[in-house]
Order: sequence, then structure tokens, then C-alpha cells
Amino acid sequence: MSLKYMIPASKFKRYLPKDYVELVDYGPFGKDYADVGVKNMGTFKELVEEHPMCSGCWMAYYIKIIFAALPNPENTVTIGTAGCGRLAISQAAVPFIYGNYGDQNAMASGLTRAFRLRFPDIQKDVITIAGDGGMMDIGFSMTMHAWFRREKFTTIMLDNEVYGNTGGQESGMSIEGAVLKMSPKGKNFGKMPAMQLAITAGCVYVVKMSPTNINKSAKAIRRAIFAARNLGPTFIHVYTSCNIEYSIPTPDVFRDAKEMEKGRFAFEEFMTPEAKELFAKVESKKKREVS
Amino acid sequence: MSLNKKLVDMDYLLNEAPREKHFITGAQAMSEAVKRASVDMAIAYPITPQSEVMHLVGDIYAQGHIKEYYRAEEELGTMSAIAGAARGGVRLFTATSGPGLLRGLEAIVSWPGHRVPCVLGVLTRVINAPLSIQPDNIEMAYLMHSGMVMLHAENQQDTFDFTLAAFAITEKVDVYIPVSVSTEGFFVTHAKGYVEMMSEELAFTEPDPYHAPVPAMDNEVPPARIQRDAPVQKSNFMSYLIHSVWQQEIWDSNRRAMKYVYQYIDGPLEVQNPGSDVMIVASGCAAAQAREAHRYAQEEGISVGFVKVKCIRPWPKDEIREALATAKTVIVPEHNIIGWLCKEVKAAIPNSGIVVEGPRVYGGMTLPVELIMTEIYDALGMDSLVLQA
Repeated sequence: MSLKYMIPASKFKRYLPKDYVELVDYGPFGKDYADVGVKNMGTFKELVEEHPMCSGCWMAYYIKIIFAALPNPENTVTIGTAGCGRLAISQAAVPFIYGNYGDQNAMASGLTRAFRLRFPDIQKDVITIAGDGGMMDIGFSMTMHAWFRREKFTTIMLDNEVYGNTGGQESGMSIEGAVLKMSPKGKNFGKMPAMQLAITAGCVYVVKMSPTNINKSAKAIRRAIFAARNLGPTFIHVYTSCNIEYSIPTPDVFRDAKEMEKGRFAFEEFMTPEAKELFAKVESKKKREVS
Repeated sequence: MSLNKKLVDMDYLLNEAPREKHFITGAQAMSEAVKRASVDMAIAYPITPQSEVMHLVGDIYAQGHIKEYYRAEEELGTMSAIAGAARGGVRLFTATSGPGLLRGLEAIVSWPGHRVPCVLGVLTRVINAPLSIQPDNIEMAYLMHSGMVMLHAENQQDTFDFTLAAFAITEKVDVYIPVSVSTEGFFVTHAKGYVEMMSEELAFTEPDPYHAPVPAMDNEVPPARIQRDAPVQKSNFMSYLIHSVWQQEIWDSNRRAMKYVYQYIDGPLEVQNPGSDVMIVASGCAAAQAREAHRYAQEEGISVGFVKVKCIRPWPKDEIREALATAKTVIVPEHNIIGWLCKEVKAAIPNSGIVVEGPRVYGGMTLPVELIMTEIYDALGMDSLVLQA
């Protein structure tokens, strides 16, 4: 597949928005992943530059990794819902669809099928990115059913174990005993088993992790996208702390993520035999051929 | 389209193509329209009495008239998937009834603002407790403030014609908002009537997602930093501003649809006996009964006018006002308890006191012509009991 069509003819360049031209000249558009991937963050114009997230926000950091890890940013669409995450996701130089509450996986089902009808020969990657509330509470039915239907797109759940954007309420992903708004006496049941639910529902690749390692995080994101293209639904359950609602001092955010990695967000990776075969094939290729 | 069809524009398809008479149900009429509309994708979820429509649409998908079709998890999932697929630039159809419409309403009311062109079949049904499957049409009141274009079919023929017209109207570049086609459940969906249809070898020209006020979000039109779905909470000022301009544009788009209502379904009203002292105004199945009342009145030598309202949104205020300009009494029969059409009619004319609030039936019961006749006799000061005997 050629990405040349993204590169403006020199005579038209001055009529295009500066922002777009800069993404071609200095950013990832039309470039090889080996030159602009997560390993080179800081050396090129990134898809996410500005965002309004809180100081020390671990979610904002992970969202930057998502966009730097995309194998195909020129042909990617993200879908999100209400929550902190979309404040940063919506400012990326990738089309973003903001629908209604928790409907991201239903929207992605329609969009993915529409793309396959209109562009049978072009790979368009669809990724839903939403929080624990959007994915496992209000959007639960639509999340699960998209997986049961084997819809071919990637689902990423940014789990901060709380409704951050609405002011710190208990979510289905909060831990048992957590004292939060709407659980004034402490939450009386534990975290929903999102990873097991995803596997049961038919996801072909599932990862649970605390993203303390940029390369490891990017590898999981790229695997999830590659597997979703041909094999079936994929799911990444990632810890992205809310340092405001959980009162984590900014300098301690990374330490907290490391601790989670030793605890309930210890790295777990599930893949079907078909996914394993696919990754062996994709990852054995020379890096420059993978996109 | 995998079948070998001749693609034609909607003017030819609706107004010029030769037709043959068939005797079919309203559900068949709606799916036959979908068959001729070059629909890319249809998404189904069961609810009585709508299910029959999406069963038949499933059949025409299996026959190759539609490229993609699936059963969604429930109506919010259905209507959200329609919104997602619309961003991908495909032509879409779904249908629902009463409680299903309300379950999907959160997504449906966001369609116009998100510029989702699609056709929604609404096969009316009771929504309030005690629940029943019968054809009360109060659900349409909830759609009236959504911004979408709303057509209301009287019978099987209207259902066929309006559904086809809806596909053309929704994609007009100066409209580009969803269009609903309502008709009463069971009375129309499960009953047969004569429908004049053009050959199924003919189909509406395929959609052009780039002939649109907003581009499809398919990354085919650089520059790529597209934020059509702006979360507007960045500041209060921006949120007021963005919301205002979007919604003003939606309602302007809705008004601009009126010229296509004239082009494809011969205007928003059908008027018989204009200038009569007593005018009956009705839509949907109530219009069928009002038409009968009008005929009875003619037979009895009573001069009564009849106004059928085909288009609820955009609301034909000027046309209603003109049609009722010399009326002394206006009777508005309806299939719901609140009288949403009656309220609209009263708001459209300067002398709303001439409007009789009813007759209304609800819970899905039939609307006997005698109820309308009684109002006519009362309006004319006649002894209705004697005349009916």
C-alpha cells in the first residue's frame, strides 16, 4: 500500500493548513514506523502535542504512546466517549468520533463494516479508546456484544478505577472497599474481571498491563491492531491512574504505576494460536516493512 | 450492488418509472422501497410490530440487494452503529417501534447534529404503561424535537413512496440530516393494500459521501485533523457557541428539506374541498379514517374539507395556515392521548379556538369514522343521532 497520496503536491502545499503540511514534513504521515515510532518520540512532530489533561496525568502519557505506536496513522480513526481521555484523544491529528455515552464499540461496529464495504483493498484501522466507566459500566452491553459478534477492531480501556471526569465516583473497575463518591461507605464488590470477560467473549488478543515500559506498551498496541485487522476483536486493559481523585502526588505517579505492575496490573497477555502465528510472521519481517 | 440493476435518479424512480399494482402489507411496502434504494447496510433489532420490516429487509440482503446486514444487541447499540457507519459514508436503513425508539432515542437525537444521513422506519406502538404492542403513535411526539425530517404515511402506498423519497432527501447536501418514515403498526404494517411499484430492476443511484456538508471520516480527504464531533466542554463560551451554530444549522437544514418534500411527495399536504367551513386535519392512519369521514360527508351532502399532513417535520406552517384560512371549525383526529398534531395545528393558525381537540383514540385502538362524523355534526349544529340512524 502506498502512502504517497498523503503527500501534497508541492504547488498545493502552500494552500494546505500548516498543521497538516508539518505532519507530512516533520511528523509521521507517510513515514516509516522505524523512523517515527515510540523509540523516536521527541524527535518528530507527534500526532498528540497539546492536551488539557492534569499535571502528572498517566492517562495523557499513555494516550501519547497509543498515537506514536499506530502502524497506520494516515488511515486510522479513533472513537471515544465521555471521560477525561477524550480531551486528549480529540486533539490528535487522527479523526476522532465522539458519540454518546458508552456507545463507542457499537459505533465502531458500524464504522468498521462501512470501511470494509467501501474500501475492500485499503486497511482502515478503527480503535475505540474509553475509560473504565465508558467501557465496563454504561457501555458494557455494547462492548461485550461487539466482541461476541467478532467485530474486527481494537478496544483500549483506560482504567483509572474511578469516574475521573465527573468528579470521582465509584466505577465497576474500582477496587473493593474504595471510598469514593457514590460509595461513601466503601465499594462493596471488587473489580469486574475485564480481561476474562474479553477472552470469554472471543477477543483474539488481550493484554492487561501497567504501561511503565514504552516499548512494551507500543508492542501490545501494535499487536492488538494487527490482529484486529484479520482475526477478530482485540482488547487492551491498561492502568492509567487518576492522580487527582486518588491523591497521588505528581512525582509519585510513575512509582504508583510500577507498584500496580507488581500487583493487580501485572502484565498478562492472551493470544489465540492464529494471533501467535500472525505476530511471528509480522515481527520477523524487517522493521521497515511493517506498517 | 451485486445484482444487475439499472441505477436511476429519484425523480425518475418516483415520478416517471412505469409502475405495476401489487397487493402487499405495509411491512412489505417498506422493504420493497429499501430494495430499490441501493442501501449499503441495514441494522436490525426485533420489536413488534416493526420486526416484520427488518425480517423482510434481511431477506432482501440474503438475495443480494443490500451489502451488509446484522442484528444488533438492542436499539441503543443499533442506533449507535448507524451513527458509526454513517461516518464511514454508506447508505443506511433501520426501523423500530415504540419502546425501541425510546431506547435508541439518546443516539437518534444526536444524529442530526452529527450529520448522519439515514432512513429510520418508525412503525408505531404503545410506549406508556400498561405496555401493549398496539399502534398508538405518541412516540412520534418525542421525535418532533430531534431535528430530523419526519414523514407520516397514511397507507401502504405512502409507506413505499415516502421511504424511497426519504433516501433522496436525507442525502441532499443542503439537508443531510436523518429522515424518519412513520406509519401505524399493524393497521398498515400487517394489513395489505394496493401499492403501485416500479420494477425491482431499477434502483436509486449510489451515495456520494463527498457530496456532503461534512466529509465522511474515512481519511480519504486530507487534511486529516478532522474534529467534526467536537467535545464542546473546552470552555463555556465555546460550548454555547458550537452548540448554537450546530443546532441552528440543523433546524435550517430541516426547513430546507421542504422543497424536496414538494419535489418527491407532492408537497406536505393533500387538501380536499378547500375553503369548507369544517376542515378535518389528520396524518397517518388517522388521515385514512378522516378521508373516509370526508367521503361519508360528501355522500350525505355535507360540505367538509380534508387536509392530510404528510410531513410533520419540517412543519408546513404556512401551508396549514392557508388551508385553514376560512375554516370555522377544525377537527383533528389522532391515535394518541396528548394530541401532538392538534397542538401543532393550533400553534400554526391565529384563531386556535376553532380547533376541536379530537377525536382521539389511544392504546392502539381503531378510530371509527363515526367518531369523526359526530364531531362534524356537532360543528354544524346537526342532530348526529338522527342522521346516523
